[in-house]
Amino acid sequence: MSYPEKYRYAKSHEWLALDGDTATVGITDYAQGSLGDIVFVELPKIGAEFAAGATFGSVESVKAVSDLYTPIGGTVTAINEALNDAPETINSAANDTWIIKLAVKGAELDGLLNATDYAKFVAEETGH
Amino acid sequence: MRYLPKSPADREAMLAEIGVSSIEELFETIPAEYRLTRDLKVPRQHSESEVLDQFRAYAGNVASGDAAELATRPASKLFASFLGAGAYRHYRPVIIDSLVQRGEFLTSYTPYQPEIAQGTLQAMFEFQTMICELTGMEIANASMYDGSTGAAEAVLMACRVTGRQAAVVARTVHPEYREVMKTVTQHQGIPITEFGYDATTGRVDLKALDAAITEETAAVLIQSPNFFGTIEDVAAVAEIAHKKGALLIVSIAEAVSLGVVKAPVEADIVSLEAQSFGVAVGYGGPYCGVIACKEKFLRQMPGRLVGETKDVNGKRGFVLTLSTREQHIRREKATSNICTNQALVALMATIFLTVYGKEGIRELAEHNLAKAAYAASTLSAVPGAKQLFTGAPKFHEFVLSTTESPSIWNARLLEEKIIGGLDLTRWYPELGNATLWCATELITRETIDTAAKVLAEGLVEA
Repeated sequence: MSYPEKYRYAKSHEWLALDGDTATVGITDYAQGSLGDIVFVELPKIGAEFAAGATFGSVESVKAVSDLYTPIGGTVTAINEALNDAPETINSAANDTWIIKLAVKGAELDGLLNATDYAKFVAEETGH
Repeated sequence: MRYLPKSPADREAMLAEIGVSSIEELFETIPAEYRLTRDLKVPRQHSESEVLDQFRAYAGNVASGDAAELATRPASKLFASFLGAGAYRHYRPVIIDSLVQRGEFLTSYTPYQPEIAQGTLQAMFEFQTMICELTGMEIANASMYDGSTGAAEAVLMACRVTGRQAAVVARTVHPEYREVMKTVTQHQGIPITEFGYDATTGRVDLKALDAAITEETAAVLIQSPNFFGTIEDVAAVAEIAHKKGALLIVSIAEAVSLGVVKAPVEADIVSLEAQSFGVAVGYGGPYCGVIACKEKFLRQMPGRLVGETKDVNGKRGFVLTLSTREQHIRREKATSNICTNQALVALMATIFLTVYGKEGIRELAEHNLAKAAYAASTLSAVPGAKQLFTGAPKFHEFVLSTTESPSIWNARLLEEKIIGGLDLTRWYPELGNATLWCATELITRETIDTAAKVLAEGLVEA
């Protein structure tokens, strides 16, 4: 499991990269590992608005369907349509596979964790 | 012992093998005067339904001893019925009950370790395949509870697909389907608006439909053949719905109609009641709904879905697929709160469709069409009766308007052990004394003639 230093992490297992007003969101290596083989990603529509912590889509593996939550509020400006044909990319490269991009107003990263704290959080949650 | 029929070629080969030129030659040692030169005097072959009627008559004879009664009125026809309206009487091949009562099918029900019951899954897969072929849709699920809850689920599905929260429903949809739909949607913030029908055709009023659709309309729901038996112009309705970004749901209460009526290919979702396919009319059930749709809506479709796959040895096998979206796994976030299906009833439909086949379903539908046309012309010729909505094609149901009240008409028929048409005044008071009549293949011409005669005579007496 690897959690790059450059990202911020939500306790609902999404990573976030902030570049100016644009937030890029994906799911963590731990999340993809827990889900198993991913077969489908339900993406939102471009232009949809979400508050922080809202459900913006879902990711489906052979054994479960999990909701995706926005680590930060904003408006969807881009969706990774390549996932429609190759959702398994998330399994092979969770850290490099983004799902949506959001236009955010004022970055509120307070509730998010850095890589070290997220790794600690995962360890506590899984009891390892 | 098996009966193995032989072709002329088989006979030739066998004769050649033993060095004889004809079958006659085999019997040469029997003097000609003792040989039979004509066909045996045995009755002609009988159809399954005729054999059943005959044995029911024998059984009735034993029970009552009243041979005179049975001679005039076979036991299976003690009560003839013109009732339809979502519950249709069709002939049920006896093989249906023989097969569905086999333990392998009867006890596997809706397995939670489904792949262990490959036979059940294969039957469901075939059911889905046949439903797709009949409805012109790309995918079908392995059944819903019934046509009414299926229609309600189709509305919820359209809301998920479009992100809109309202539906418009034709008043020509079965009134009880509409009631179920309202029960399901009323606490989910999905308002249902109804729109009217054309008084001469009984089809949906396209202008009223156009006016009823708003930017919040997720779906337009119509029924075809509709509650009056009239076949809707699905393409015209689809155009109006799609122009405004709404999906079109077509509900079909009489599945046999698909034998002659064009499949509603313009629809986005088809909600079908499969009762007509080999399911007896009980007191309210069991029924068997099914939702079929375009493949792009796959992940929003509720219910069970059986998929074809390969096992570890590369052999064809079947699995329950996409069940990660179902309630037992996804709890409150499931696509739908439907948590079972009508597997055994769907199996009855599968067997029925297999027995009849593509041609058989078409012939059955044509038979119904002809019976209803005869019934409509005969009964509307009774003084005081008039057929409504003659301006559009029908399947096997039609509406009669009468000068006398439906209860008087039906009381008169009941004396002759004939159950008359459904009184429509409860749901369509604007039609006055109106009744909905259905004539399937099980109604005989004789019954239709008797009904017309009784009704006409009653009128003179009054």
